[in-house]
Amino acid sequence: MEMPLQTDTLAVRCRGVHKSFGEGATRLHVLRGVDFEARFGQMTFLLGPSGSGKTTLLSIIAGLLHHDEGSVTVLGRDLRKLRNGEGALFRLYNIGFVFQQFNLIPALTAAENAAVPLLAAGVPRRQALERARAMLADLGMAHRADVLPNKLSGGEQQRVAFARALIQNPKLVICDEPTSALDGPTGRHVMELLRKIAVQPDRAVVVVTHDARILDFADCVAEISDGVIHKVTCVEEEKEKC
Amino acid sequence: MLTGDKPKYFGLILAIAFSTFLMSHQMSIFVGLLDRTRSQIRDVQDARIWVMDPKTQYVDEVRALNYQSVYFVRGVDGVEWAAPLFKGIARAKGADGNFRNTILMGVDDATLTGLPQTFLAGDARSLLAPRAIAIDRVGYNYFFPGQPYAIGQELELGPLVMRIAAIVDASPPFVNLPVIYARYSEAIQTVGREPRQLSFILVKGRAGLDEGELCRRISERTGLKAMRADDFGRDTIWYYIRNTGIPINFGITISIALLVGALVSGQTFSLFILENMRYFGALKAIGVTNIRIVLMILLQAVVVFLIGYSLGISWTALFFELTKDNLELRGFRLLPEIMLITGGLVFSVVTAATVLSIRRMVVVDPAVVFRG
Repeated sequence: MEMPLQTDTLAVRCRGVHKSFGEGATRLHVLRGVDFEARFGQMTFLLGPSGSGKTTLLSIIAGLLHHDEGSVTVLGRDLRKLRNGEGALFRLYNIGFVFQQFNLIPALTAAENAAVPLLAAGVPRRQALERARAMLADLGMAHRADVLPNKLSGGEQQRVAFARALIQNPKLVICDEPTSALDGPTGRHVMELLRKIAVQPDRAVVVVTHDARILDFADCVAEISDGVIHKVTCVEEEKEKC
Repeated sequence: MLTGDKPKYFGLILAIAFSTFLMSHQMSIFVGLLDRTRSQIRDVQDARIWVMDPKTQYVDEVRALNYQSVYFVRGVDGVEWAAPLFKGIARAKGADGNFRNTILMGVDDATLTGLPQTFLAGDARSLLAPRAIAIDRVGYNYFFPGQPYAIGQELELGPLVMRIAAIVDASPPFVNLPVIYARYSEAIQTVGREPRQLSFILVKGRAGLDEGELCRRISERTGLKAMRADDFGRDTIWYYIRNTGIPINFGITISIALLVGALVSGQTFSLFILENMRYFGALKAIGVTNIRIVLMILLQAVVVFLIGYSLGISWTALFFELTKDNLELRGFRLLPEIMLITGGLVFSVVTAATVLSIRRMVVVDPAVVFRG
């Protein structure tokens, strides 16, 4: 069941987003009026030091956390208005996730891991595994499809994670520090791969990172510190300026 | 997921298997022991009603009746026949001087009512000869170890020298003493002269007459206690339950097995959930619902239960299969009811441990996956 979406050029639109944790004296104001956008067909980076609020913002965009104030629209939907259970379905069909630690299930093979979103969506196992193998083949992992995660290198695990994130053909891909567990060359290689297969005209990619080595893959970079986006740089705009 | 962590997976299976084994084994021994308390009642298959002193509580402690009571009982309307039964302890001594206390059953001289049904050597009629006794397997193996079953040997019972005329397969008694059967008139001579020596009267009612009604009539007419064999057996079992430490001791062992099973499986499941929290978080973030994850965990719990339970119950079955020919352990067996009860208890433990562990997974914030 795919949810109907309102589409425009913005996949993610955050306006004046506030988020606090705790109460009273221990209350921590993590996001202080964040404005953020991610466009279809682009790879948008969210850059900031630890504790800047980027993980909180990412969780809100992913629908895993609700904001206190402001508006958040993801793929045309106000996630706060989704009823119980709808949020999970929305994520299952529309958002692909790539995690910092890959989070591949150790007991499942690469193909089975990649097929998890399809299996969760009720796709028959055989069909799901066929699609997962095809996706892994696109990522150059056909020969490793039946291997358990602990037998894969970091780069290979990240490629399986990409396969899992993209297998439902989501409109939004959220990547949390995708290169932090990889060495420099491997990190660049997986980013090249991510850019090649994930960035599509009808898909937006949001990458949270503090790895300066991969910034050249970004179409736009939003810099966040102390809960505020204080600078947004887009490659196209820079080119136009030049 | 659980199968991915082999040590934990096998540890959990072994804990459940051990718990199952301990519980089913101890329950089987417990039930077997209690069943032994009524073995003499069960072996009397030709009479359905036992008559005794009104104050008698169980089969092993009786106040002797006047022999005339047999005639009174026979006079009750509905009684087809009534036969005397002596039950006492007699010291038996072999030709080599070896001796041992035995349970001596004195059956009716004329009808031999009260004999067990299975004869390993000789037959019931051979007891009609003077000074003839039947001895059970335990007694025979004690006095004639390693010898093939054969009749004709002699044993001293009190002042009498008796000849073994038959070897029977009597049910094992609660105290693992040999059981010897003799005719009533000779049995009472072995235990000294006492004014009253009749232990029980065995009664068969007329066909079609309700046994409960007949018991009521006998009690009313004679002032004695009359009970159906099944009820007397049940009362004997309950006497031992109420008045011995057996239930407490076995209860403690079974509880410990349950506790160990619960603690180990609970802790292992808890660790499993805790260690896999980031995977559950990832699944929740991806959009897998809590219900689906819970079902996934429950399925793993059921698989682990089935494997562990099957292993444990197989060990118990194997134990009783290997010991079935051991005379000391005869009568102990794994009953289907015990398999069901053990299965139910172990399943409850696994389910409770799983449900408690699942709670942690359900409340975990999926955003945890973005926190490194």
